Amino acid sequence: MTILRSATTAPRSVTGLRSAQSKRAMITVLGWSVALVIFFPIFWMILTGFKTESAAIADPTLIFSPTLESYQAVQARSGYTRFALNSVAVAFGSTFFALLLAIPAAYSMAFLPTKRTKGTLLWMLSTKMLPPVGVLVPIYLIFRDVGLLDTRTGLIIIYTLMNLPIVVWMLYTFFKDMPKDILEAGRMDGASTFQEVFFLLLPLTLPGIASTGLLSIILSWNEAFWSLNLTSSKAAPLTAYIASFSSPEGLFWAKLSAASTMAIAPILILGWMTQKQMVRGLTFGAVK
Amino acid sequence: MATLQLHNITKRFGDTEVIKGINLEVNDREFVVFVGPSGCGKSTLMRMIAGLESATDGDILINGQRINDVGPADRGLAMVFQSYALYPHMTVEGNMGFSMRLAGVPKEERRAKVLEAAKILQLEPLLDRKPKALSGGQRQRVAIGRAIVRNPSIFLFDEPLSNLDAALRVQMRIELARLHDELDATMIYVTHDQIEAMTMADKIVVLHDGVVEQVGSPMALYHHPCNRFVAGFIGSPKMNFLPVTLTGVAPGGVGVRLPGGGERSIPVDGTHLEESATLELGVRPEHLVLDEQGPLSGEIKVLERLGGQTSLYVQMNDELITIMADGDVAYRVNDTVHFGFAPERAHLFGADGLALPSLQQHPLAGLTRHDNRGPGAPSEEPA
Repeated sequence: MTILRSATTAPRSVTGLRSAQSKRAMITVLGWSVALVIFFPIFWMILTGFKTESAAIADPTLIFSPTLESYQAVQARSGYTRFALNSVAVAFGSTFFALLLAIPAAYSMAFLPTKRTKGTLLWMLSTKMLPPVGVLVPIYLIFRDVGLLDTRTGLIIIYTLMNLPIVVWMLYTFFKDMPKDILEAGRMDGASTFQEVFFLLLPLTLPGIASTGLLSIILSWNEAFWSLNLTSSKAAPLTAYIASFSSPEGLFWAKLSAASTMAIAPILILGWMTQKQMVRGLTFGAVK
Repeated sequence: MATLQLHNITKRFGDTEVIKGINLEVNDREFVVFVGPSGCGKSTLMRMIAGLESATDGDILINGQRINDVGPADRGLAMVFQSYALYPHMTVEGNMGFSMRLAGVPKEERRAKVLEAAKILQLEPLLDRKPKALSGGQRQRVAIGRAIVRNPSIFLFDEPLSNLDAALRVQMRIELARLHDELDATMIYVTHDQIEAMTMADKIVVLHDGVVEQVGSPMALYHHPCNRFVAGFIGSPKMNFLPVTLTGVAPGGVGVRLPGGGERSIPVDGTHLEESATLELGVRPEHLVLDEQGPLSGEIKVLERLGGQTSLYVQMNDELITIMADGDVAYRVNDTVHFGFAPERAHLFGADGLALPSLQQHPLAGLTRHDNRGPGAPSEEPA
């Protein structure tokens, strides 16, 4: 045992070990600082939600007597549930359709690539670089003419299209990582393309598909631009709900914060529960 | 009953032609090994037979039926992959029964067939395990089992042993040979390892740069390589090559002058040789004998004692010659050794790399692995 330990630590000098330790400590401090900076606005928002309107606009303080007044007011004014259900419907609906379209697309790109596959992938991603407002007018007019304004279907369509490039891209990297031999073995065993995908590809890339789906749900849930412009009341999701609190009567910070907290709570909890999966999914391919 | 014929098979990837018109005949119940260096096209050829790759040109026939346009599953073949390609999320039983599950075979029947194959491969205690809980050798056996349950007319093996360690490889080699006898199936086996080819094959197909260099029994390839490539590729350690000059052609052989000045007559057919022909002499390390009176000599540069044998690496002019000598030779590095060879063990190659045909056929050249069985052993085919 002693021999083993001295053998493993011998090449490192004591000072080298110490500098490695302090380096690690610095990285930890830095990581925590960045995380706190990112988290602070959310923390402040949650805090503000429990204040009275007057306390919310007073000098910032951490000590106050918490109240559910804003939550009651928010709940009294408009039905949170209706907005929440819309959010659930469009987030899950669009994710379902995005996966449905992206799985075959990513399959063909990963396993049957052509000369133009890389170009197609880049082109798909480049559509994300266009500011959405650039196509607002045509899309608004089309939606109006086909009667999709203020409908869940309309939002599901637009979110599906919005997330499709990133979903295809992510699935492509997951599929690419799958050994081709396994699919070929399936083909030798008599699997049709559909069976190959259903029995082999999907079960084996399920973690990747799950994290892609989660990301798509989060992106759809948090999307505000299209929901504000294409819905008014019937199909409005939670992002529109938050926005409704910055009304012409003025800004009510406590109520706005309470509404925002309620809007992001479900997705925050979902994200927190699945964070391991998410991190794995998002760093896939980058870290091997 | 399963035979395979390849007629003029070519394969192009873009502008690169990787398989250049291959013709081949595989007989029923034959164990055929495709061997060649990496990049020679042997795996591509096998994938075309399997149907995982399409042939650019030519016909693939199984039992006389053209199957170019038949899907991989409907060709009646089963393939064992180099990486085993087991389904990681299924148990051993699930892996072996997957083809039957796809075909809609009832569960009991499936289980019975899997058990039957598992018995042959001693996999019965492992049927409920997932592949990740198996050792390399066990995974390999599952992959073979998956092929067996399909009851294929031809088995295809794509370098199945290259991921195993040396000891296991020897064991699996023996098991595969046993399996071939037991199943009585036609098998095609791809490898870059000439020892696997020599030990298992009834027929070896040597591939190089997308063309077949030679087809024949292991002993025929060893004793009568048709060109310099096959001569160098088959046999370990590699054959030695020496430049020699032609001194004369007689009915009994071709006279050559060796680098050290000595002359020998090699019993090969030199009737078509021109007077100024450049020739190369090929002698295998195990056919060089240490001999004080030998016509060749050089200085020992490296000496490897393997126990039963000793490899001597001898510098002779510009060439480093390998000699397999007895394990107990008393030589040391920097000693000068004299050596020679029996002329009938030597090969002569022309400037085009082709071997001059031997005048005497080696008595074992026609042997296949099946002929190694003694007269008492059961044999389904008369020799």
